[in-house]
Amino acid sequence: MGLEIRDASVIYPTADGRPPVEALRQINLEIVDDDFVVALGASGCGKSTLLSLIAGFLSPSSGAILLDGEPVQGPGADRAVVFQKHALMPWLNVLDNVAFGLKLQGVPAARRYETARGFIRLLGLTDFEGARVYNLSGGMQQRVGIARALTCDPKVLLMDEPLGALDALTREKAQELILNIWHSTHKSVFFITHSVEEALFMGTKLIVMSPRPGRIAHRFDLPFSRQFLAGTPARQVKASRAFIDLREEVLEIIFSDEESAI
Amino acid sequence: MTEQADPNTQTRKKGIFSFLMKARATRPGETYGVPGQGDTLWLSVLSILGIIFVWWLFTFMGWVKPLFLPAPQAVLNKFLQVWNEGFTNTPFLEHVGISAARVFGAFLLACLVGIPLGIAMGMSPLVRGLFDPPLEFYRPIPPLAYLPLMIIWFGIGESSKVLLIFLSVLAPVTLGARSGVKSAAIEQIHAAYSFGASRWQVMRHVILPSALPEILTAMRIGIGFGWTTLVAAEMVAATKGLGYMVLSASQFLQTSTVIMGIIVIAVIAYGFDMLMRFVERRIVPWKGRM
Ligand SMILES: Nc1ncnc2c1ncn2[C@@H]1O[C@H](COP(=O)(O)OP(=O)(O)O)[C@@H](O)[C@H]1O
Ligand SMILES: [Mg+2]
Repeated sequence: MGLEIRDASVIYPTADGRPPVEALRQINLEIVDDDFVVALGASGCGKSTLLSLIAGFLSPSSGAILLDGEPVQGPGADRAVVFQKHALMPWLNVLDNVAFGLKLQGVPAARRYETARGFIRLLGLTDFEGARVYNLSGGMQQRVGIARALTCDPKVLLMDEPLGALDALTREKAQELILNIWHSTHKSVFFITHSVEEALFMGTKLIVMSPRPGRIAHRFDLPFSRQFLAGTPARQVKASRAFIDLREEVLEIIFSDEESAI
Repeated sequence: MTEQADPNTQTRKKGIFSFLMKARATRPGETYGVPGQGDTLWLSVLSILGIIFVWWLFTFMGWVKPLFLPAPQAVLNKFLQVWNEGFTNTPFLEHVGISAARVFGAFLLACLVGIPLGIAMGMSPLVRGLFDPPLEFYRPIPPLAYLPLMIIWFGIGESSKVLLIFLSVLAPVTLGARSGVKSAAIEQIHAAYSFGASRWQVMRHVILPSALPEILTAMRIGIGFGWTTLVAAEMVAATKGLGYMVLSASQFLQTSTVIMGIIVIAVIAYGFDMLMRFVERRIVPWKGRM
């Protein structure tokens, strides 16, 4: 049981007579159990569109999105989204931001703050409970976003380039944090990035997407996040022969796509 | 070595047009290239004192007749006299109170009507379609132009005065609330929906709070329009009020009272604007920060 995408296509109509954009063609994908599925690809190959399908913001032009066998009708708390930025509420402090989803679901204050505090601790934000979110660094804001997404105990966590706006150092730390949280919460994750290294390090499954029309061009099964979680330091995982070889192979695929597009 | 000029001895070109030249490196603590950066408090104080000085100089030297421009101290004396004795048998504070009641009453009504209306216009194409034409039609018309209509329809009592001010405040407040609805980032809205929020909850917990900064700005602009319209509203059959005081003093060429009334209106309006800015800082401290 889990999420299943069957033959999903998305065609965006365009105004002023230009041909419609085929953003996704015939996508088949399963995200089950504790899969960490990473979507990698250049801008415009349909990664965000695929995430919108899963989240329920968008319905496919053809095909189906099934969650535990039921078609997805719209957004729901079983599929929480972490955005790249702009998704926190600046009028709320950290605690209230994290508890925001529970509040919308009508959970009484005492219980929602208790749950929120648990995730605040998990993400290392305890000292910042009362802070205004706009005073936090980008990395801490993303942690608030992740904590907020986790509070409603979703089946699938959807992340659209969640680390894209962070500096390199913070980004590596955040990668490790997300892996540890994924490991301790046993969620399915769908994670978008355009960093090859990040994709290889984080995922258990990798889909490499190509543009025009957006499609899944390659699939890989990845061992690296499990190595990290088994205790190998992140830098050592990323410097291993197998990691570097696969990185070059994937880069090759992406570059050849880019060239055929130019 | 000797060819190079020591940068410290180079003359700094300074002058009122220096801001049009290429900017030099800033001091630590400022950001390079921010337009109009710098503290202006002292310049503002200087400007006010300068205006009063020039005003005093012109009257003291006798360059203009007191009929056209009385001396600052004459205006001050007039103020003290009206403060103590009232104007046309009405105490000064009653004039202030009645005008303030008209402006703030109309302002309150305009907010009660305009903010929900603007939000509804931003949220619903139906409401926007219906209310956009009338609003855009009357908005550019000067209140003086439809004052006669107000009088014909609503008489010379209190209602036509308040209504005139109300209308002048309503348009900016409504338009501000309407465009404030667009302030929420699509990510914030999507985040709320993905927690299973209803449309009503999204409006209440995302769209309204993010519209608040723009609504407050619109209220500040709106009350400004209200004070602007006050004198026009008190042109008709008023026997009390600051606008009435200014208008009737002008008919008797009591220029010092006219100037005094203008200054009093300006001070009240400015004081209220400061209050609104304070409120803004307190309730929307995130404005422009995210
Ligand atoms: N709302 C939309 N209307 C029309 N075209 C869109 C829309 N959203 C995305 N597209 C187009 O669909 C393609 C895929 O976009 P997107 O899913 O955002 O790609 P990615 O996230 O991989 O950069 C792009 O060519 C984009 O221009
Ligand atoms: Mg994208």
